[in-house]
Amino acid sequence: MTRAALLVLADGRFPAGGHAHSGGAEAAVKAGRITGAAGLEEFCRGRLHTSGAVSAALAAAAALGVDPVALDGAADARTPSAALRVAARKLGRQLMRAARTTWPHPELDALARQFPKGAHQPVVLGLAARAAGLGPEDAAYCSAYEGVSGPATAVVRLLSLDPFDATGVLARLAPEVDLVVRDAVDAARRAVDLGVDALPAGSAPLLEIGAEAHAAWPVRLFAS
Amino acid sequence: MGARAARRVDGVTVTGAPAGVRSSARIAARGDGRGGTALPVLESEGSFALRRTRAVAAAEARVMLVGAMSGPLGGDHFTVEAHADEGARLHVGSVAATLALPGQAKGEARYDVRLTVADGARLDWLPEQLISAGGSELRVTTRADLAPGARLVLREEQVLGRTGEEPGRLTSRLTVHHAGRPLLDQELACGPGAPGGWDGPAVLAGHRALGQLVVVRPEFGTDRPAAAVLDEAGTAALTPLAGPAVLVTAVAPDALRLRRTLDAALLRLA
Repeated sequence: MTRAALLVLADGRFPAGGHAHSGGAEAAVKAGRITGAAGLEEFCRGRLHTSGAVSAALAAAAALGVDPVALDGAADARTPSAALRVAARKLGRQLMRAARTTWPHPELDALARQFPKGAHQPVVLGLAARAAGLGPEDAAYCSAYEGVSGPATAVVRLLSLDPFDATGVLARLAPEVDLVVRDAVDAARRAVDLGVDALPAGSAPLLEIGAEAHAAWPVRLFAS
Repeated sequence: MGARAARRVDGVTVTGAPAGVRSSARIAARGDGRGGTALPVLESEGSFALRRTRAVAAAEARVMLVGAMSGPLGGDHFTVEAHADEGARLHVGSVAATLALPGQAKGEARYDVRLTVADGARLDWLPEQLISAGGSELRVTTRADLAPGARLVLREEQVLGRTGEEPGRLTSRLTVHHAGRPLLDQELACGPGAPGGWDGPAVLAGHRALGQLVVVRPEFGTDRPAAAVLDEAGTAALTPLAGPAVLVTAVAPDALRLRRTLDAALLRLA
């Protein structure tokens, strides 16, 4: 195993299509709920502790070898918005293509066969980490960080926010990312014995509602 | 009733339990073989009472959950079970909102709801709101286990604080399993001490009432309503779940407007 594989997987330039998604930030900007760095920070904090924590735990569990089909079902139940399920599977499919080329592994091949239209992205991410020889903590960090860096990058483009301010937001959230990752890995270890019900299920009502509104817009900058 | 009264009068815990009151209610319904619904089990203790009321539809049994005392207070543990067995059509409501209050006993209160619905049975679970009063600490879990051919209408509404009041700490998890597999699993944590950002732009953005309406019908397996935003303000949406079910999620400034939105959604699905 090489720790540097984590940098490859977490790199924003890793060709997995994440840059096309705002993580709900575009809808929140349009609704006037994010108007600057302070709103972005609160948005990212709320996202991190809800859907971000769920994604991190799913990724950690997949990296630990929990049945990815059961994890995909758990992800469906934790993603009530149909628009967000579509986005998660699209992202999962793109990540799968990149990961299979980068770290060929029979478990990735098996998941790709099981879900030709794509499995939920955090499940693929966890399995990609496993294929790269990384552990559950690495997978959870990767997932939790991209769950906040995606919206931050998107808001720079949507509001012409100063990129330094956006990066400052991410730096201020770092200690909370640490906590979310710790809890995610604990939950993933419990899920090994107790099943996927042991995974967290944090929900963010305005992300869910906003995603359905956003999916119906005729013109948008981001896919979700 | 005596236990709670004694606790109130003396200002100290004098109940048999080490802290808080344990209350439970249990309802079992099944088809009576003549097109109606029988209630073989209707049991309650502690702060709950159950009343069978006049049914609106002939096939239906209607039960009201009555809170005979206030609470849950800190340290209390409430459990409600409702089982709609074969042939049953059960409607459960409550006579008033549930008010979570801070108690003299330390620690959080717990409120656990367990529902099961058999093939061909139907459960309408439509309690009044849960209000999280300032200083209270409550953990709610609601779990419904549904057979493949079960029907469910489930409404949950949470109001964060009484008028002009800061909310207490509330954690509420709603889990629905269908045919042994997870269909919906959602947890909301809010109030003082909840993970950050709960009142921010991703989660509640200052709204003080939130609700969910889950409708599960076998027909939705093949023909589900399409996703839709239900209001101009973008505070309510209907979405098909990954199974024979839809979910309505709504936030609102207050309980009244939330109820209007959920009632309208229920009519739309009728």
